[in-house]
Amino acid sequence: MLTAAGVGWTALTLGGTVGVLGVPRLLAPNVTAEPEVLVDIGELAGYAQVSLGTVDERFKRQGFWVVRLPEGLVALSTSCTHLGCLLNWDDRDGRFKCPCHGSGFDLAGVNREGPAPRPLERLRVTVEDGRVIVDGRRRFRGERGEWGHSESMVRLEPSAES
Amino acid sequence: MMGMLRRLGESIRASQLWRSVFRQGIPRDRRSRVLAVMGNVFLHLHPPELRRSGVRLSFTWCLGGLTFFLFLVEAVTGILLMFYYRPVAEYAYHDMVGLRGHVSFGLLREIHRWGAHLMVITCWLHLLRVFLTGSYRPPREFNWVVGVCLLVLTMLMSFTGYLLPWDQLALWAVTVGTNMAAAAPWLGSEGPGSSLLAVEGIPLVHPGSDVRFALLGGVAVGPAALMRFYVLHCVALPVLAGVLMAVHFWRIRRDGGISGPL
Repeated sequence: MLTAAGVGWTALTLGGTVGVLGVPRLLAPNVTAEPEVLVDIGELAGYAQVSLGTVDERFKRQGFWVVRLPEGLVALSTSCTHLGCLLNWDDRDGRFKCPCHGSGFDLAGVNREGPAPRPLERLRVTVEDGRVIVDGRRRFRGERGEWGHSESMVRLEPSAES
Repeated sequence: MMGMLRRLGESIRASQLWRSVFRQGIPRDRRSRVLAVMGNVFLHLHPPELRRSGVRLSFTWCLGGLTFFLFLVEAVTGILLMFYYRPVAEYAYHDMVGLRGHVSFGLLREIHRWGAHLMVITCWLHLLRVFLTGSYRPPREFNWVVGVCLLVLTMLMSFTGYLLPWDQLALWAVTVGTNMAAAAPWLGSEGPGSSLLAVEGIPLVHPGSDVRFALLGGVAVGPAALMRFYVLHCVALPVLAGVLMAVHFWRIRRDGGISGPL
């Protein structure tokens, strides 16, 4: 029966449901204008001579360090896995240190000190036309066993200088 | 000379214009005093009469009133700041610095910030006072809940306002705060239980769709977050706080006025 009260309550319920579900959906945009990290970091040949344990800070502003590990090159995220602060490379202690709450990560990105719960993320690295490309759209997490993925590291021959 | 002025005053006060604005004259007895308070939209927030114990400073320390007063200070200084501040990443920091140097009475930004800190302090002290004097006891339990909601809104206004100067302090404070939101159960992509919410192996809660994403309007603390926090700080949260304050004050009046000793 289409009473005035019935119509009123139906309208209120429908409107209320649309509002309660619709407003949070509105607040999550489908398209964002955030810059992508897709950086050409140089020729692969150039990295062959880099000595072990080198941390390249040239791309820190773009969110990663290029680190020469024994197995090859990795692009480590500069973001602390605790609560997102920007890390600093401490040459003397050989650790990436967080100024916010004191976390420390070793050269490979493994969390060693402080409240960080997991290792640093490694950005996807590929080689195209002899040039190394770092792609921030895909990241690999050590604690999920993703560091075995071929695109988490650029394999290099063991360096002549150790 | 004095006679002429007095007659002028009388004729103004007898005019239709005057009488339409001021319904009664200066209150001179109890009845007209009550009418003057009850007939004014701003004054009728207050009761026309109080128990004597209601003005005893050492009972309430005026903390609730101070918090409301600071809210008004923040609203006024905030609106004035809005004439010069642009919530855009390229301009935000420079506009904020400019408010100190390029504008006369350039203390507004400082007053706004200090007022915010003070308001948070008086809000907590008010909570402490209400708790320690047992003023949450029946029938006032619901008003306590409304008060706690107001406290949460005050803290949220503090958090959203913190980002607006767009300096290092702001950026990293909000980074840390929103990453904590990401650690919330189910709603946060880094929290427990979020991986359980998946359809056919496709996660429903991931960094591009969790509560942190909704808070920031993106994955990073960037221009979208600044805009969002600005709207929350200047419009959404004050409106909500205003509504809840109306409920809060109404409840106090309805439950017999400012609570005094039993």
